[in-house]
Amino acid sequence: MEFVSTPKRTKVMKKLSFSSLFAQLLLLLFVIVWIAPSFGLLISSLRDKDVLAISGWWTSFINTEVNEIHRTLGMDSQYEENGYYYIEDNLFGGDKPKKISSFGITSKDINAYSVGDVATFKDQSEITVDENGNYSWKSENEFTKKKGKRIFISATSPPSFTLDNYKEVLFKEGLGQAFINTFAVALPSTLIPLIICSFFAYALTWMNFFGRDLLLATVIASLVVPLQMCLIPILSIYNDFGALFGVSSKSYPGIWMAHTGFGLASTTFLLWNFLKSLPKEMIEAAKVDGATHYDTFRRIVVPLSIPAFASIFILQFLWVWNDLLVGLVFLDKNPSEIILTAKLKELLGSRGENWEILTTGAFISMSVPLFIFFSLQKYFIRGLVAGSVKG
Amino acid sequence: MFSLALTVLIGILFFVIFFHLSNFLLDYYQIKKSKTLTYENSIRAVIFIAPAFIVLFVFIIFPVFETIRLSFFDKRGEGFVGIYNYAWAIKDPDFRRSILNNFGWLLIVPTLSTFFGLVIANLADRVWWGTIAKSIIFMPMAISFVGAGVIWKFIYDYRGPGDEQIGLLNAITVALGFEPQAWLTIPLWNNLFLMAIMVWIQTGLALVIFSAALRSIPNETLDAARIDGASELKIFWSIIIPYLQQTILVIWTIITILVLKVFDIIYAMTNGQWQTEVLANLMYDWMFRGGGDSGRGSVLAICIMIGVIPILGWNLYQHRKEQKL
Repeated sequence: MEFVSTPKRTKVMKKLSFSSLFAQLLLLLFVIVWIAPSFGLLISSLRDKDVLAISGWWTSFINTEVNEIHRTLGMDSQYEENGYYYIEDNLFGGDKPKKISSFGITSKDINAYSVGDVATFKDQSEITVDENGNYSWKSENEFTKKKGKRIFISATSPPSFTLDNYKEVLFKEGLGQAFINTFAVALPSTLIPLIICSFFAYALTWMNFFGRDLLLATVIASLVVPLQMCLIPILSIYNDFGALFGVSSKSYPGIWMAHTGFGLASTTFLLWNFLKSLPKEMIEAAKVDGATHYDTFRRIVVPLSIPAFASIFILQFLWVWNDLLVGLVFLDKNPSEIILTAKLKELLGSRGENWEILTTGAFISMSVPLFIFFSLQKYFIRGLVAGSVKG
Repeated sequence: MFSLALTVLIGILFFVIFFHLSNFLLDYYQIKKSKTLTYENSIRAVIFIAPAFIVLFVFIIFPVFETIRLSFFDKRGEGFVGIYNYAWAIKDPDFRRSILNNFGWLLIVPTLSTFFGLVIANLADRVWWGTIAKSIIFMPMAISFVGAGVIWKFIYDYRGPGDEQIGLLNAITVALGFEPQAWLTIPLWNNLFLMAIMVWIQTGLALVIFSAALRSIPNETLDAARIDGASELKIFWSIIIPYLQQTILVIWTIITILVLKVFDIIYAMTNGQWQTEVLANLMYDWMFRGGGDSGRGSVLAICIMIGVIPILGWNLYQHRKEQKL
């Protein structure tokens, strides 16, 4: 369609471009506010723990100015050359790359010399320090002190990141085991409801039986029942069961079934909603051809439902992975059963000031959900939107 | 670790094998005896429905009624005490505080999440990098409340006035020339700081649902309004909001249900200290405090349940209406 350029039209265009700029800025503000917290967490988990404790994560991208005191080596490492005695080494011991800008030999004036200058001690020995920390200390007389001299330096250290925190948290703090435990909880707790509910939803959609509508209404009512309403009786059933058979009331199968129960209504409802939309003729044609319900289910319904399964799987998996309450109630807190969220909460209590452990732990617990989020976002969103049709 | 993997495998396979074997046997039996189809169907229906129904009954239906019963019994669930537990709750200061806080949560979190979600969905729709923006704002939906708790506890971190602040909020406060604050310990205000976490998470949910719904608004309507000289703000209020009424209601309900049950954030961040107690955390507390008090815990669970009953009724009403169509 061709537009004739009229004064009115240009006015509209101008307004649009202004509002578009405003929209961009406002959205940018939202994005920054929303991402800053997680970004700060990620950066912090990669920082050295000593630096993390004394400076904000936003300072980690710029060079930081530090004043440090180092000590030279003593008499044991001197050598003689052309009648002079030398002690040479690196102030940092070759440890961390820092750039020295100035140095001093007394605490009164720590920036007295710039790099490359020669500083003279009281005993007439001379020292010079390079930018990278190499120093050369020269004297006409033999060095006689076991301890070296103190050297004060001002240095800038470049941004540095490390994976040490991850090693520490995964292997020493026991988050690695918790990670495995969480998988052992989440996989069955997602697959079992999916299996049970796909048969259930099939029956609710395609089978005629007495009380079908009532059953469906029960499922819809169960959708919004808060799980708190069910915790105490289930726990007491488990306790009785455990006492009766002499087994622990807190076990993996126990929590699988609890999660299955809590996820049953939503899984069934989503699947029922999906199955309803499949063409009725197709199912009936299969029936006419002599297929039993199980054949129809296996050969027609399941293959067609794969996208729906994917969405539901992701929703339930994330729900279970991120759950804390059910894990606290139905599993023990010992290392072989504790889940990530419970472990993280425990660390929050016991290591509240050790931010390197907390940020790293939190990031590890978020790694799997984030991976799923970024790789399968389409299915995740589809599931959420489908679930929201009713709620 | 190997035995754990084996347990997991057996757990999953158990259900697969159950369904396959039972259906296979039925097929086999049916071919042999060639029974009538109705007979086959009724057994089949039982196989398809029974496992789910048993789980539904044991884990949802029975517990709901059992919890109601337990609320009239003592802490061990043995002696009938009438309405004693309810009377206790009304007098309990923690309970009153929780009810007040829950109301605050219910008022603020769904409102702000829905509002932000709606605004951002609109903004993202008219910007070429909108998809990336949406992705970023949606991301917190994927992470756990405890993880989010750690993230925000780090933001709210407090150091004495002389030290360098490593918490973002206090760093900004100090940079603006104010005193740093221990945010989570300031009564009443700290509730807002905890709610911020929930808003941060749930805005993403509102955003994706609104995004999907926005696409259903006919472009012609919007273009017509623009050509008539309506400002973008006017379009937002007069066209988009009325159009999305139904969606707004849905999102509101979802977030409301979630907020009623809010537990993890409070438990991880303050554990109800400094007047931040909520019903779900108080209930967890009573489930285990002093060996557990099932009567009081049940009363608290019922209070949460009462909050969702209107939504439950509405859902069933909608469902009936749809079935009749």
